[in-house]
Amino acid sequence: MSVEAPAGIALGRSGNPAVRRWQYLLFAAPALVAVFLVIVFPWAFTVFMSMHDWGVVGSRTYVGADNFLRLLSDSRFIESIGHTLYFTALAIVLPVVLGVFAAVVFHRSFPMRGVLRAIFIMPMMATPVAIALVWTMMFHPQLGVLNYLLTSVGLPPSLWVYSPTTVIPALVLVEVWHWTPLVMLIVLGGLASLPTEPYESALIDGASAWQMFRHITLPLVMPFIMVAVIIRAIDALKTFDTIFVITQGGPGTASETINIFLYLQAFAFYDIGYASAVVVVFFVIIVVFSLILLWARQRTLWVVDN
Amino acid sequence: MKSFRNAILTPTRRATLGLGAGAAATLIGAPYVLRRARAQGDFDWQRFAGEHLEVFLSKNPRSALLQEHEAEFVELTGITVGSEQVPEQQHRQKQVIEFTSGATSFDVTMTAYHVQKRLFAKGGWLEDLRPFLDNPELTPPDYDFADFSAGAVAYATQADGRMDTVPFNIDPWIVYWNQDLFAEAGIAYPDTFDGMLEAAKAIHAPDKGVYGVVSRGLKNANTPVWTGLMLGWDMEAVDAEGNLTTTSPEAIAAAELYKTLNADYAPEGVVGFNWNECQTSFMQGTVGMWIDGLGFAKPLEDSATSKVAGKVGYGIFPAGPTARHSPLFGSGLGVSAFSPRKEAAFLYCAWATNKVNQIRMLQSGAGAPCRNSAIFDPEVLASLAFPEQWAETLVESARIARPGLPVIIPVSEFRDIYGVALSNMISGADPADELARATEQFRPVLEKSERA
Repeated sequence: MSVEAPAGIALGRSGNPAVRRWQYLLFAAPALVAVFLVIVFPWAFTVFMSMHDWGVVGSRTYVGADNFLRLLSDSRFIESIGHTLYFTALAIVLPVVLGVFAAVVFHRSFPMRGVLRAIFIMPMMATPVAIALVWTMMFHPQLGVLNYLLTSVGLPPSLWVYSPTTVIPALVLVEVWHWTPLVMLIVLGGLASLPTEPYESALIDGASAWQMFRHITLPLVMPFIMVAVIIRAIDALKTFDTIFVITQGGPGTASETINIFLYLQAFAFYDIGYASAVVVVFFVIIVVFSLILLWARQRTLWVVDN
Repeated sequence: MKSFRNAILTPTRRATLGLGAGAAATLIGAPYVLRRARAQGDFDWQRFAGEHLEVFLSKNPRSALLQEHEAEFVELTGITVGSEQVPEQQHRQKQVIEFTSGATSFDVTMTAYHVQKRLFAKGGWLEDLRPFLDNPELTPPDYDFADFSAGAVAYATQADGRMDTVPFNIDPWIVYWNQDLFAEAGIAYPDTFDGMLEAAKAIHAPDKGVYGVVSRGLKNANTPVWTGLMLGWDMEAVDAEGNLTTTSPEAIAAAELYKTLNADYAPEGVVGFNWNECQTSFMQGTVGMWIDGLGFAKPLEDSATSKVAGKVGYGIFPAGPTARHSPLFGSGLGVSAFSPRKEAAFLYCAWATNKVNQIRMLQSGAGAPCRNSAIFDPEVLASLAFPEQWAETLVESARIARPGLPVIIPVSEFRDIYGVALSNMISGADPADELARATEQFRPVLEKSERA
């Protein structure tokens, strides 16, 4: 007895390739529509707006590349790129270094480890704006607790976010406090998944604790660290709430990142065309940044050599 | 322009109190006196009963007061009300976004004259209320529009005569001073800018944690301090012809004074202070003077949170080299041009700015009302929970008040760009250089706003 496929299926599967392509498209269509509506259209519309003089009142006129040329000569925008990169670099490096250190510590077993881990990850759960308000109080040069602590151990008080030179490191301090636990969690997960054999053989070969960390733990856990770096990079680049609440980009423009500058143009000055141009440039910066990170991540992946 | 300056808040009806009424001031109020006189007869508060209004307020003690007494309006009119208070900055943004969308979720909204007056006029976003005020079926006979101070009415009136809001409150700036610190230094409250500088110098002792003066250093928030000082040189940031005066010798002198006060005699870190940080410092009793709006008496006199309660002096803004003015700010209530219930919405505005509510505002210390019957009534003033000096300062400041910020469309840009310059000055930059740079940056923005 020969087995034959039911007629309907046979028609669908083995029919004309062009027909089959249409059938596939039919299934993909809802997703395509969604992607078009929420990603492609807004993006294209932003590019469209960036080529117009687009305010909230008055006429909208086509200005070509004028907004972009204005950006090039806008020293405040150029400075904001510098501030963004400075902030992002510090806000990636410090939490990652401290987070890896914390993960290594919490990976060892010691009494009360569970409780301490839970306490350590608590900052991560707090609302950024609430945190920012509390830190603003702590940063106060005369009434804040930070200067009280500094002076009570004999150190000179700092101006924290109230001085153009210390404002960005002080803001990064909030980020470090807030996001180091996340890095710790990711790396801790990585550490738990590591095989124990390399350590056993290293011990037999007489390796020191540092050598084992440097030559075994770090390379093995590197893919996880890269995941943490990518997440941190995304978060740091888009940081807005803490900076806006604590300094609004000040003193002067000393902590004005691209996000703050963008917000100001769009929602304080209602210069939508110019703000759209900022978005387009910021988008290019993010794409370049992502490519670099993806390339770095590829390099750290374990290569399984069969 | 000149008549406007003179007219600011000079009382029209109670000239006998000797507070000085300008003829120009009377003129501004006069047409309404006549129209109101005709508005007699039975007034039907219930004609819109059953309708529902959304009221969009900026967060402050005055809005809280409206909400507190909202039930009174609901009972009076049968109109139900949903009201919301949103922090100032978000309130302003949400308004613009909703107005530009061509439909608003609110029927009544609050407008800050010093920031939004020209922008809202240009957008045509608020209904002209003159026909409503002229309509005896919509304006209660006891509303008495002529009772509003001429200055407040002028502040609410657009250049083309439209009145797209009714005046709600004014906020002239004063100087709070710490009586203990002044007594210790053996000095009196200064009458002039020079005197203020000397007083700051005499009190300032940072080693002991005592500072001469505090005022806003945070960019944007700080700009009115400088434009306020400029009034002492009889100069506004934009002159009557619409030209920027921000690089004039007077503007530079005012900026230098701002820099000296904040860089030399203020607490370290003042560059990041908005009014709330200034208030906190002053309430600690460690600052000699605080320059800001007059609505802060309530927290300062609250002995539970303020160390200076009972020791605060309320000083009139000192005189500059050529003039003495109090920088003025204020807000009104308007009806969205997109509201389908404009008449009911106007009734809310009329209720919110009636005599009872204006007196409530003053009595609770929530702010300075716009009605002469509230500000100049000796009985009302005697019933205040605050020191007599506060009330005296309010009356006198209202008399010498003059708009603290230029009445232009791009106020936000103005405040931001010059605010950065002022912050940079506190951090050491040269006032003349910073003002030149800021003006170069701001001039095209202003020109574009006038062209568009």
